Amino acid sequence: MRKIVVISLLAVFGVYLLEVLFKLDFGHQFFLNGVKDFYLTNSPEKLNVANVVTSIVVNFRGFDTLGEVTVLFLATTAMSSILYKERHQLGERAVLFSSSRIVMTGSKLLFPAIILLGVYVFIHGHLTPGGGFQGGVIIATGFLLMLLAYKDYRVSHMALSIVESSAGIIFASVGLLGMLNGGTFLENFLPTGTMNNLLSGGVIPIIYIAVGLKVGAELTGLIYTALNEKD
Amino acid sequence: MDFKLFDLSIIEYAFFITAVLVILIGLYGVLVKKTLIKIVIGLSVLDAGINLLLISVGYLKEGTAPIFSPALLKGMPLTMDNIRKLSEGMVDPVPQALVLTAIVIGFGVIAVALSLVIRLYRHHHTLNIDEIKNLKW
Amino acid sequence: MIIYVILLFFLLILMIGAAIYSIVQRDLLYAVIGTGVISLILSVLFLLLQAPDVALTEAAIGVALTTIIFIITIRNTVRFEKDSDQPIKPVSK
Repeated sequence: MRKIVVISLLAVFGVYLLEVLFKLDFGHQFFLNGVKDFYLTNSPEKLNVANVVTSIVVNFRGFDTLGEVTVLFLATTAMSSILYKERHQLGERAVLFSSSRIVMTGSKLLFPAIILLGVYVFIHGHLTPGGGFQGGVIIATGFLLMLLAYKDYRVSHMALSIVESSAGIIFASVGLLGMLNGGTFLENFLPTGTMNNLLSGGVIPIIYIAVGLKVGAELTGLIYTALNEKD
Repeated sequence: MDFKLFDLSIIEYAFFITAVLVILIGLYGVLVKKTLIKIVIGLSVLDAGINLLLISVGYLKEGTAPIFSPALLKGMPLTMDNIRKLSEGMVDPVPQALVLTAIVIGFGVIAVALSLVIRLYRHHHTLNIDEIKNLKW
Repeated sequence: MIIYVILLFFLLILMIGAAIYSIVQRDLLYAVIGTGVISLILSVLFLLLQAPDVALTEAAIGVALTTIIFIITIRNTVRFEKDSDQPIKPVSK
């Protein structure tokens, strides 16, 4: 009985949604042309940044990125405070035995290459597709590979906390420095060079390096907290 | 190439129909199922459907990615006319910036929800929401 | 050409099939793998819609991190979903 009512309600909702979507043409420009042309013409002309999505995320709507980094920090803190154990109750880890010889040797060889790829992706965030979030998640995947292959691989909590806190402080202080120079919060105050160079775009590479390191450290801490959880 | 059916072109609306179907399947999983982990799986499917719908709204026919790479410029000087001519054929970059945030926050929500599921199981020793509502304290 | 249209339809139908499989299956480990397949196909579709940043993020988060968090939860709780058409007995105290 409950299933029939839910299916009929969902069908009505789906028909209304599809009727609105069929009135829009797929693949034609139908909204007002103001927003898209403003971002696409101001990014290579005023900021000299090639990747338009990066300049929207960091410079034009940079306050939302600060909020998103705060939400990730809140998720890590909530997860490690819900799964809290006293010091004498720490059980075994969820990974009970090491993998075979081939997996152990292969992970030890692949781990520096994955870290190097992650650092490359978030340093060149304003030239090629990529950026802070992508590079941080790739670094967390590298640490996950090492944690799953070896039985007693430890990541020190102190190092993760120091990296995460200092990256957050750098992000907020760059924003405050923009305010001290007579502008608004998170304004670009360094000179922008020529386009498609590594040192171009003002404060955008600095902010993305801070965001990449912070996201990588946070997600590694989240995975490490969840893996150490066994009754 | 597109073939007409009931005076619509099927290839143009395939993305919209798929996205709405995935959203409805995810909503059914959240509303009907009784095991807690199955409800969180439905939430994950719902997130995927919504992100696909948002990005497929901002697509332009025969459009290119919104990046001024050296291969696209091919040695042209950067004047305002050249930039305006190139940006006529580019895909909308604003939905991509919004979906980038939405994916990361969706993962954060799932991580916190699953840690709450582990705590509930330790306390009640069952994962059925009807039995959890029956056992008071 | 028509071969590209057929491949695109195949990907879309596979995505709907994986979504139905994740919701209906009773063994929770197989349902989680279905969620990983949905994220993989979604990443390829983002690349076809000319959005490379979003495709990178979805491929890394949806396939690697979400699956491992689900598997750790399944290990600490139950694995099979119980039959949902038994009547719930009230707790007799």
